[in-house]
Amino acid sequence: MSIERVTDEGMDTAEAIDDLTGDERQALEHRETVQEIAPATAAAVPLKRRRSRGGGIANWGPPIAVAILIVGLWYLVGLIDPSKSFLLPPPHEVFAVYLDPKIAPDIYEALWNTAVVALTGLAIAIVVGIVWAVAMNQAKWVERSLYPYAVILQTIPILALVPLIGFWFGFDFTARVIVAVLIGLFPMVSNTLFGLQSVDASQRELFKLQQASPWIMLKKLQFPAALPAIFAGMRISAGLALVGAIVGDFFFQRGTPGIGALISKYQSRLNAEPLFASIILASLFGVVVFWFFGWLGKRVVGKWYDFA
Amino acid sequence: MAMTDSAPATTSTLLDFQNVQLTYPNGTIALSGVDLTVRRGEFVTVVGPSGCGKSTLLRIASGLEVSSEGISTVNTKRVGYVFQDATLLPWRNVRANVELLAELQWDTQAVRREKAQKAIDLVGLTGFEKHLPRQLSGGMRMRTSLARSLTLDPELFLFDEPFGALDEITREYLNDELLKLFVEQQFAGLFITHSVSEAVYLSTKVMVMSGRPGRIVDTFDVPFPMPRDPDIRYTGEFAALVGEVSHALREGHGA
Repeated sequence: MSIERVTDEGMDTAEAIDDLTGDERQALEHRETVQEIAPATAAAVPLKRRRSRGGGIANWGPPIAVAILIVGLWYLVGLIDPSKSFLLPPPHEVFAVYLDPKIAPDIYEALWNTAVVALTGLAIAIVVGIVWAVAMNQAKWVERSLYPYAVILQTIPILALVPLIGFWFGFDFTARVIVAVLIGLFPMVSNTLFGLQSVDASQRELFKLQQASPWIMLKKLQFPAALPAIFAGMRISAGLALVGAIVGDFFFQRGTPGIGALISKYQSRLNAEPLFASIILASLFGVVVFWFFGWLGKRVVGKWYDFA
Repeated sequence: MAMTDSAPATTSTLLDFQNVQLTYPNGTIALSGVDLTVRRGEFVTVVGPSGCGKSTLLRIASGLEVSSEGISTVNTKRVGYVFQDATLLPWRNVRANVELLAELQWDTQAVRREKAQKAIDLVGLTGFEKHLPRQLSGGMRMRTSLARSLTLDPELFLFDEPFGALDEITREYLNDELLKLFVEQQFAGLFITHSVSEAVYLSTKVMVMSGRPGRIVDTFDVPFPMPRDPDIRYTGEFAALVGEVSHALREGHGA
């Protein structure tokens, strides 16, 4: 491949350089040095996303195939003992619930209520988690003092604690949000801390040589460097906050009941179709939230970081 | 911008080490009895095997580390430091990376922009201002790093094996560029490397270091005039000097 061809075709310089063999790259470097083509090249090639993102069938095909497989298995399992179909109703009966004007509105409203709790909890977990991690990042002794408690958040038998939260904070919205925060907080703390500490020693020294204050170092170096890890943390926390909100629903059913309350109602009445419909819908909502934070992460840091 | 703060007008010594010693808390002696001066117009290179403590010299000169004995004096506030790797911030494009140091000095946007553009032009990256580091080759990243330090308009430039990770040909081009900058910008340089021919080609003085403990074992003046013709690398005198330095390096290492 000749250098001329690459640059003349207006390929992205970076991609062009990546594609070159060692010798060609050196030749290109030489030409920049000589300064004949550098300005022209730069003007000619547009800045472009590095990775081309495949859309269409390649992206959506495999998960849809798996979905079809699952539905197929679901039907098969149902055939084993048709007399027990009240325990595992066939998929079309479950999906019909979403259109049933007598049941569907309840499920949608309950999901909405749970979503509000989960997203409120998530927002609090994000803010508290980042502040917690930033505090720990300021000094080793703060990290030593506070990290064990972040771990405890993760290991605490949360189900044993939940009834107490009800006694302390009432059995409605506040208590449900607190459960969502407790369950969703740890990944924010650990991921943010990991991100803040991922900065190279030499990059820190670069700032130190200019007498940069800890605040400037945080703002211009550590926090931006931590963003990929923070977004990864948000994705995990979002799913957990939703689980927390549903757990809260199970225990605290005052105020505006969420989908967890509905699930426990259908469970006790052995209403299998709406039960499955609710569980599937709640999971799909979790997927949407997960996907949203992935998308947001890509938007914010995808330019310089390969956000998976 | 402030000129030298403490130096009397008569002295041209920018960096002065007298009997500098560095002992780590665990008792390891990293540097022992190092005498070294860098004057205006000088480009001093310290060459030595890896792990001999040559980078530590720069860390003491820049204040990142403090010597345990001896006197180290730096007679200017305008000190540039180029790290082993480019240490660019991956989320900033070339221009924003080059502007960083001026930003940390609280220069205004207009001043920052001007300083950065000048430095970018000097290192030959004109037209690449909006590229992100990941879109650049290793050599171009190093140029960006060099441009970033140039915005400080340094009187003393410290280089910590900046081209060590580059291939031989890129390294030679960057050596030529660096010499051009040295002649044009008139900074004094202290350059660390493990390549003898790079050391001889770049410097007015080559100091040979040996490890455990790190100490200067020999000093060579390089007689070739500046600006240097890249082709002197292929002359007999150049080869002879490279041979002498290599010999000193081997003796120091074996001792």
